[in-house]
Amino acid sequence: MEAVRFDNVKFSYEEDGQDYAVNGVSLSVEEGEFVAVLGRNGSGKSTLAKLINALLVPTEGKVTVFGMDTLDAKMTFEIRKNAGMVFQNPDNQTVASVVEDDVAFGPENIGVPREEIGKRIEFALDAVGMQEFRHATPSRLSGGQKQRVAIAGVLAILPKIMILDESTAMLDPRGRREVMEVIKRLNRERGMTVILITHFMDEALQADRAIVMHRGEAVMDGPPEEIFARSEELETYNLTLPRAAAVCKALQAAGMPVNNAFTAEELAEAICASLQRG
Amino acid sequence: MRIVAKGLTYTYDPKSPFASHALNGVDLTIEEGEFYGIIGHTGSGKSTFVQHLNALIRLTGGSLRVGDYDLADKKCKFIELRSKVGMVFQYPEYQLFAETVEKDVAFGLKNFRKDMGEEERAAAVREALETVGLSYAEMEGRSPFELSGGQKRRVAIAGVIVTKPEVLILDEPAAGLDPLGKQELMELLHRIHGGWCKTVVIVSHDMDEIAENCTRAAVFSEGRVAMEGTPAEIFARSEELFALGLDVPVTARCALLLKERGIGIETDYTCRDFADKVLALWRAKEGGHAQ
Repeated sequence: MEAVRFDNVKFSYEEDGQDYAVNGVSLSVEEGEFVAVLGRNGSGKSTLAKLINALLVPTEGKVTVFGMDTLDAKMTFEIRKNAGMVFQNPDNQTVASVVEDDVAFGPENIGVPREEIGKRIEFALDAVGMQEFRHATPSRLSGGQKQRVAIAGVLAILPKIMILDESTAMLDPRGRREVMEVIKRLNRERGMTVILITHFMDEALQADRAIVMHRGEAVMDGPPEEIFARSEELETYNLTLPRAAAVCKALQAAGMPVNNAFTAEELAEAICASLQRG
Repeated sequence: MRIVAKGLTYTYDPKSPFASHALNGVDLTIEEGEFYGIIGHTGSGKSTFVQHLNALIRLTGGSLRVGDYDLADKKCKFIELRSKVGMVFQYPEYQLFAETVEKDVAFGLKNFRKDMGEEERAAAVREALETVGLSYAEMEGRSPFELSGGQKRRVAIAGVIVTKPEVLILDEPAAGLDPLGKQELMELLHRIHGGWCKTVVIVSHDMDEIAENCTRAAVFSEGRVAMEGTPAEIFARSEELFALGLDVPVTARCALLLKERGIGIETDYTCRDFADKVLALWRAKEGGHAQ
């Protein structure tokens, strides 16, 4: 089933501006896909994300979420129940002083019955591995833990789509790993559609598909390995390769016959194969 | 200015149920001229340590000297010290506050150098903005809040370097920037490091960034210095870093995997050097075949 669809979408932050933050994007995301969105600061990535759950609505064109038009104000509530969003700063997403109250905030607002809320807190905290912190104070948690609570808060609404807008940017490597593992598990085990906006090329490698935004347009779209193999094109959009891929490219440029590699493991494999080739 | 810490200890919320020992005896010397990296995961004490360096946190245990300033001495000229040891916090753009870029950048100068005349101050602000790659003419009258994220960060850094500190400390300076933005910021720091700024200290989670940029680094763990040395020395001990819950640069991970397969590579773990060393091995092998 089609989860998200953009039909020639344009969006401008100015009233009657010609300056489009998103400029003619058409794309479709199937339910269960894990999509990474890449691009420089100001390329339109976050605007794209906010257009999905109707935080913004298109100036031109049409966005639908499971067939619901985001321009239809009557549908806004239903769309946001289906498409939850996690932001960058963990400290800006906490509303309560106890973890379980924070997770309950979403379901309480959409009028979920009391007994059901208890179950949802249980489910959401389990899913992000934060059950033991149920009665903890969010302000005393680590960044990674706070982001997992934020994800739990979104999960408690039982959305089908999870949008993460640079949600790992402020975390340390351990926190980033924690959050990425939770996201991948939700995608794999629950078929959650994931749209991950990120500056980390290694995170993009973990997705099924990557979309590159440049000046408001979706300029590249495909499996991450295919996108990173087109390094010259990527450079014109001011994006860099994952470091292992950059080393691999330097080796190839110097004439060494190594296979394309994107991670440290693949690079070691490729170098080894090349050096031991008879 | 040489930085020498001996037996530095610090406890947050002492005598309360939340008391936590952030520093448990830090011994560390940072020589003048280094581009120094401080590594460690959240809670390892690295931020607490750097905040001691310009007396944002007052010494409670141990000794610390920064150049000729003895921070244990109550008569130490702390204000003077702070103008010589600049501190750029994480996400410094959140601390912009003034109506115009000019006023924001000039703020530190007004406080540290009260004797300075208008013209001299304007010239210093102009120089600081140009150092971070922004045009004074374009920026001066604008509100810092209408700038892009990368520009805001540059303005915030200009507000610290405007006093030309000899030591510049930056906590996660490249966090949240896109890859090209990160690269540009590091180039900026190297440019500053070559001039009046003698020593740069960066706190970073990004091991690739440490490997590519730093002359030396210290690894903090549980409020102590667990390792100290050049990036080459530190990343040669990848297994120990993993045991501390830390990452290593991509090049070090790759070198470790190659070592397991009997291919030894001695490198400083920068991408360029790593590629050169691999190519040397390949050429040696090709040469062997040619004979």
